[in-house]
Amino acid sequence: QKATLPIILRSKYHLSHENQASVLPNKVETASAGFKDNAAKMEALVKDLELKTEKIKLGGGEVARQRHLSRKKMLPRDRINRLLDPQSPFLELSPLAGYELYDDEVAAGGIITGIGRVNGVECMVVANDPTVKGGSYYPITVKKHLRAQEVAKENNLPCIYLVDSGGANLPRQADVFPDREHFGRIFYNQSNMSAQGIPQIAAVMGSCTAGGAYVPAMADESIIVRKQGTIFLAGPPLVKAAIGEDVSAEDLGGADLHCRTSGVTDHYALDDEHALVLARRIVGTLNRVKSPQIALRTPEEPLYSVDEIGGIVGDNLRKPFDSKNIIARIVDGSRFSEFKEHYGTSLVTGFAHIHGHPVGIVANNGILFSESALKGAHFIELCSQRGIPLVFLQNITGFMVGSSAEAGGIAKNGAKLVTAVSCARVPKFTVITGGSFGAGNYGMCGRAYSPRFLWMWPNARISVMGGEQSANVLAQITRESKAKKGLTWPEEEQEKFMAPIREKYEAEGHPYFSSARMWDDGVINPRDTRTVLGLGLSASMNAPIEKTKFGIFRM
Amino acid sequence: SWYSTSVERKSLFDKILIANRGEIACRVMRTAKSLGIKTVAVYSDADVHAQHVKMADEAYWIGPPASAESYLSIDKIIEVAKKSGSQAIHPGYGFLSENADFSDRVKAEKLAFIGPSGDAMRSMGSKSESKYIMERAGVPVVPGYHGDNQDVAFLKEQASLIGYPVLIKAIKGGGGKGMRIVRTPDEFEQMLSSSKQESIKSFGDDKVLIERYLERPRHVEVQVFADQHNNVVHLFERDCSVQRRHQKVIEEAPAPGLSEEIRADLGAKAVAAARAVGYENAGTVEFIMDNIDKKFYFMEMNTRLQVEHPVTEMVTNTDLVQWQLEVASGNTLPMSQSQLSLTGHAFEARVYAENPTNNFLPDTGPLFSVRTPPTSGDVRLETGFIEGDQISVYYDPMISKLVVRGDNRDDALRRFRLALEQYQVVGLNTNIDFLRKVASHPAFIKGEVETGFIQEFEQDLLGVPVPPNPVTLALAAGVIRHQEATAIKPSAKDPFSPWSNLHNGFRLNTKDSSKTVFIVDNVEYDVLVTPNSTNTLDLEVRQSSETLKIYSDVVISRDVDGQWVSNIDNKSVKSNVVVHNDKVAVFNEYGRTDVRLAVPAYVTGGEDANGAAGSVKTPMPCKISQVLVQAGQKIEKDSVLVVLEAMKMEHVIRAPAAGVVDQVLYSVGDLVEENKSLVTFCE
Repeated sequence: QKATLPIILRSKYHLSHENQASVLPNKVETASAGFKDNAAKMEALVKDLELKTEKIKLGGGEVARQRHLSRKKMLPRDRINRLLDPQSPFLELSPLAGYELYDDEVAAGGIITGIGRVNGVECMVVANDPTVKGGSYYPITVKKHLRAQEVAKENNLPCIYLVDSGGANLPRQADVFPDREHFGRIFYNQSNMSAQGIPQIAAVMGSCTAGGAYVPAMADESIIVRKQGTIFLAGPPLVKAAIGEDVSAEDLGGADLHCRTSGVTDHYALDDEHALVLARRIVGTLNRVKSPQIALRTPEEPLYSVDEIGGIVGDNLRKPFDSKNIIARIVDGSRFSEFKEHYGTSLVTGFAHIHGHPVGIVANNGILFSESALKGAHFIELCSQRGIPLVFLQNITGFMVGSSAEAGGIAKNGAKLVTAVSCARVPKFTVITGGSFGAGNYGMCGRAYSPRFLWMWPNARISVMGGEQSANVLAQITRESKAKKGLTWPEEEQEKFMAPIREKYEAEGHPYFSSARMWDDGVINPRDTRTVLGLGLSASMNAPIEKTKFGIFRM
Repeated sequence: SWYSTSVERKSLFDKILIANRGEIACRVMRTAKSLGIKTVAVYSDADVHAQHVKMADEAYWIGPPASAESYLSIDKIIEVAKKSGSQAIHPGYGFLSENADFSDRVKAEKLAFIGPSGDAMRSMGSKSESKYIMERAGVPVVPGYHGDNQDVAFLKEQASLIGYPVLIKAIKGGGGKGMRIVRTPDEFEQMLSSSKQESIKSFGDDKVLIERYLERPRHVEVQVFADQHNNVVHLFERDCSVQRRHQKVIEEAPAPGLSEEIRADLGAKAVAAARAVGYENAGTVEFIMDNIDKKFYFMEMNTRLQVEHPVTEMVTNTDLVQWQLEVASGNTLPMSQSQLSLTGHAFEARVYAENPTNNFLPDTGPLFSVRTPPTSGDVRLETGFIEGDQISVYYDPMISKLVVRGDNRDDALRRFRLALEQYQVVGLNTNIDFLRKVASHPAFIKGEVETGFIQEFEQDLLGVPVPPNPVTLALAAGVIRHQEATAIKPSAKDPFSPWSNLHNGFRLNTKDSSKTVFIVDNVEYDVLVTPNSTNTLDLEVRQSSETLKIYSDVVISRDVDGQWVSNIDNKSVKSNVVVHNDKVAVFNEYGRTDVRLAVPAYVTGGEDANGAAGSVKTPMPCKISQVLVQAGQKIEKDSVLVVLEAMKMEHVIRAPAAGVVDQVLYSVGDLVEENKSLVTFCE
């Protein structure tokens, strides 16, 4: 006699199968010649990036470094390393800032900024490099300082300023002093962040003259190093000239004066290391609790190695690659819950986790059509509704052109994507993995769309359109105007016309050119994409996720 | 038959009091517990948290730390014995164990004393009386003349009777003053006169005695046991020759290099000695033995259970505390002489809190980290302290005894060395590494044990320290970084933050190193630690900016036992690394290495720190013997402030600078730990 089994036992179900179903397959042939060639090309780009970085790390050069060390001061990067928790990451922002930007070499823009963990708290660190032009502020220095503050403000990160600067670069005063986004904005930001409860901590480890004096003076708590840090509105020469008073820098604005008499500073440090220890101690008293408003999961490594990204991508933008192969190498367990897999396939959308943090990924797999744009807008709405951070993997030549596309309303549909990207208030992260051209840059959350962070791979290019396209467009116009006048235009002359255009685009679209001007937050090794995204995601969780309200989607 | 068995067996005690502390109290309790006997402990203020207090069924407070007011207070101990209903008192060793009045008093109070009678103690307590008794009983004593006749010719004649070489000693002497070794008769007169001159200068008396001089003496002693029924047995001998400053360091049983005839003779003479004084319970007859002719002479008898009794237990398969309890209860000895035999060989090491490289000065402090060898029937660890306990200034600095048995001397010694290697104590200085060096010394391995052993091989045992192996420094730095990297834990609300969980020191397109500066025997080393993205470390060991060694891709992790597993130098090894404030102790294949972390200015306060008041501190645990200043007194630089006594030596503490005394923190007689401020100065 057969017993009837309860229904629940008859249905086969296994969670492991569900998990397996969302694993991206590995479609990469690492043994192929193409892969190896790509890997070698990317490796060369990465090597160059590393060499540039090593040089930039040396700041203002050997003479300046030795002079600095002879004063028993720590070099700015050593200061940061001592400030941060042992072996914890430091997510430096735009180390290539100022690269070949001026006639002078201004390594890292003369200021080192980045996020690091101090006493268990993620903080924004802003450190002047006094070995670079005395730590004076070039326009790019100001821009970098302000960008660091913007990152701190958006992500609710306490700021620690390691001050050692001669103030504004006087020959360039017109470009650093008066405008909205110039020197004064630093202090405006300090007061407003302080008002928002974002702690402002300053350690004076060198000069803090004139405007610079306001960095410690406007901080919530400040530290000064004895016989080394000075704070005054005007230095001894200016004092002598103005009121005839003879006074040493130490007596005018040293640690003893400011800790014992003026009260401008709160903590007295014996040396650089002591100042950094005091800064760590202050962070230990901030009483901050980070409460990520997302459903975290135990992180898993991807199934496929991040080291393989180079071999997938190579250095030739004309060779397309499948962005799902990239996603498979940066997300937890290589698991990807794809959304609208079979619709608008030139845009890949779906959910995944990075270091345990849920993300919505938007990645290009070709040119943007109306369908892809609609799909992207829909997906961004989903993420915004659910409070899930967005990651854009940008590799885009642009939206589809031509009569059919226009008739299909590509402008209106593209606008929907741009509206969604613009209004989404969840943290957004952009990695430019290839091309970043034209309106594609907008639809895929370019710099103007305020992603929390934007990074570029060394193979990437950014410009209004490709160099070749631009040269062709300009040549076309010239050819037509010549034709109207009945003139012929020999091939070789056309080539002479087009070559410099191509070169100019190539130079100006290069990631170093971009990073030097801080159109991005840094050029990264593709291998580090997962790490960098994880750190950025986690940092962004210091701030609450805002509710999104979208503008009108033109229907 | 001399061995009486016609006694009815009596029941053992229900409850005993142990008038002692530390390992011996625990040792006695262990046997008592196994026999179903309740135990009562006593303790001073310094021992409130001690292991013997925790182990006892009941524990009673008997006074302040000073032993005179606690462990030596007969009245208090008797009071506790009565109050607790104890039937007997075990004195352990030290403290009251050889106090004849105590033994008598215990009996007068109708309690049993687990040890010999007061009379036996008295007889053996006097050197001259005991020698006289021994001579009468046919026990050899060192040949000599101790009489009043100081005539030169008479003394020379006595010397010839004794046999050269002889020793001339001042009767009132001490510390080697007036002592002369005379090797041949023709130098006797000259030596005698110089000895007498020196004696009168030092002691105001020129009387001397003459004894046989032993060129290569050994300390050999025999464990004896006697009951109340006239049974006396010996449990063979122990060799305790390896001594420092007259204190035993390593003991072994049986004594190496003795013939069976000599062994039997030693035993018989020891039994005769015990019988001569009507001895009862456990005792030890100590002999001095000439290592050349193996002749031995009575020195003294210790009327107690000795520190080194476990080595005898190991080779005779006995429990001597049980024997003591049987005998004190009135029972006969558990075994007859014919039933006793030697099996195997055993060593005991006395582990002290002391600094061998600094004249064996005792140390005090916490047992910050203790890792002990695995114990078994063949490896015993007798201790009254566990990790976290304090070794205080008030009592003997012995931490424990490590006792190891093997089938023969080689076997036992090999196990002994390994156990010493596995015994890792951090927090205070110990002699463990020194003991390991003794046990590894070729002469010791050959059994060439003599009382001059440590002096003779001082260079090998305490000589110039070898510089640390770079592997050791790399490991220390790696472990410190590992610990620091994981010290700050992610918050519960943010458990997966890569900021907390990536310990690879991620930097954008570059790597950064951190430097750990170590000081080893006043030499500075530094290790550059560079984390790699793969969570490995590159470790560069340097000395004065010169690279000694680079180890790449090192993985350091902690196993379930808390040992550090690392792959430095292409081999996977387990090591123990203990970081205790600025001190780092590494135990690895190179033995123990102690390194210090350089202390930054922000901890020390720097040279001209922000208003830090000056003070002077104790250089070692000590007793205050004089205080020469008082609060408010103006002092000059280098003027004497306080005089301390440590290890019977005086230390003068002087003013580091001119100034005014703010406070004097201790007074005469106070016992003070290391690194405590004695005097503070006004700013």
